[in-house]
Amino acid sequence: MIKDEKAAKLLQNALRRLLSLLCLGIGGALLSATLVRFAPGYGVQERELDPRWSAQSVEALRQKQMLQEGLGSYYFHYLSALAHGDFGESDSLKRPVRELLRQRLPVTGNSVVRGLGVAWLVAALVASAGLASRGWLYEASNTAFSSLLLSLPSAVVAMLAVHLRIPVFCAISVVVFPRLHRYIRSLLVRSYDQPHVLAARARGLGSGAILRRHVLPVAAPPLLALVGVSFAIAFGAAIPIEALCDSPGLGQLAWQAALSRDLPLIVNVTFVVCLVMLAANSLADLAGRAFTGSTQ
Amino acid sequence: MSPLQKMAAIILCVTFVLMVLATILVPAPYDRQFRDVPNAGPSTAHPLGTDGLGRDSLSRLLYGTRVSLLLAPAAALLSTLVAALLGSAAGFLGGWFERVVLAVTDLSLALPWLFLLLTVRAMLPLDVPPMVSVIIAFLMMGLLGWQASVRVICAAARGVKDSDFLLLARSSGCKPARLLLRHVVPNLRPLFYAQFWISIPLFILTEANLSILGLGVMEPMPSWGNLLRGFEDFPAVAANPLRLVPLILLVIVVMCFQLVLPSQEVTQ
Repeated sequence: MIKDEKAAKLLQNALRRLLSLLCLGIGGALLSATLVRFAPGYGVQERELDPRWSAQSVEALRQKQMLQEGLGSYYFHYLSALAHGDFGESDSLKRPVRELLRQRLPVTGNSVVRGLGVAWLVAALVASAGLASRGWLYEASNTAFSSLLLSLPSAVVAMLAVHLRIPVFCAISVVVFPRLHRYIRSLLVRSYDQPHVLAARARGLGSGAILRRHVLPVAAPPLLALVGVSFAIAFGAAIPIEALCDSPGLGQLAWQAALSRDLPLIVNVTFVVCLVMLAANSLADLAGRAFTGSTQ
Repeated sequence: MSPLQKMAAIILCVTFVLMVLATILVPAPYDRQFRDVPNAGPSTAHPLGTDGLGRDSLSRLLYGTRVSLLLAPAAALLSTLVAALLGSAAGFLGGWFERVVLAVTDLSLALPWLFLLLTVRAMLPLDVPPMVSVIIAFLMMGLLGWQASVRVICAAARGVKDSDFLLLARSSGCKPARLLLRHVVPNLRPLFYAQFWISIPLFILTEANLSILGLGVMEPMPSWGNLLRGFEDFPAVAANPLRLVPLILLVIVVMCFQLVLPSQEVTQ
């Protein structure tokens, strides 16, 4: 009975999340449309620069476009096209944005997922390794190493990756690792210092069993929330890394779009990344709630 | 303050003094070209050598330090002011205003920071004078870097709102504006300082990333990000390892800022 009630509340929570995701998505789409619509140079066509067109013809072209693109109809057309997966056309590459996204998203997704996998594995291992015996040397070397990595700009990590011929996903994991390590370590230490863990240690329970049975269950919900946040860190790091390592992903596409001031492309790429992030955060949050059984 | 924190504070002070004295210390203006000695190694005339265009590396480093170390704290100040204003008002007023502010914050927090910066940068002209590029970088970071701070400040303001002294002030007829300015904001001041300090290293790294990607401070004006672009020319770095000095300085300064940050209890 209680189980059913909990499942129903969890489902209700998931639906509420989905609705809020939808609202945020529509809000993001409207914001994207506004940015494109009011960007300098919007609606200017190359034909207007053609010297063979007379001033009257250019003026007529502009008038015709203005009639077609009233503010209300612009938003309507933008949103209905978006609902059909049509993101418009890139100004600089002269190709549909949907096609570009279809090509680039898997490249970045692959690098980000592999990079996150490596970063999570190493960070979790390093953070839990010295949990039981927190020596001064271990603490100092750990802090110094992660502070050093935290102080390196992602673009410098990318340059080093180019020189050392390191794959893109490894560079992403180098950027993500210190942030994850610091947080995971502080969470595990806090959980490890709880009175019930001290009691378990006093009764002679082994370190592995303490970690598995007493520390991880307490630290799991915030760790699951961190999964969502780590996606944002990895996608952010992908821009300089892909741009400098010449990896044809979303990061490189966004950088090229910014350099060529291709508003329809950069805005839509950012919109898609925003949706991916929102979905990842919501899933991580729901997983955390499901784990704790909390429905608030 | 621990000895390590004291040392970090001293290093930061020395760097700031060097930055202020850049005009006196530099051997030549940062954009002057010595065309007969491009890519030169260290010498008496050029202690750190010259870059590919024959410009004195020490002069560019000192002026670059000045640009980066003025830009980041200025942007941090602006972002903290925006966060303080929005966060305290949202936490204090509550209701629909708080919900709207937190929804906007959530939306922007969901977005990787660099994607947001690139989108805004793409809306602004790229071919601008160097000083304008510095102002653009400052405004972008200052006006777009407040989201994380708003959440923390809003939560703290909500806590202060329910406190006894505020109830007493309200019952004695204090107006909402006075309550906010005289009672809520002064109690949140340590949090504002903490958020300001946290933002500085973040903005130093962001400026470096943007400038390396060609979207931050424009040449010939130096900044740490611009100077790090020379790191791409690996054979030149191998020939003159002193070219790594900007990177080493940036790492040391960012680490020092992280070390002297206020304690976790204040920042969370």
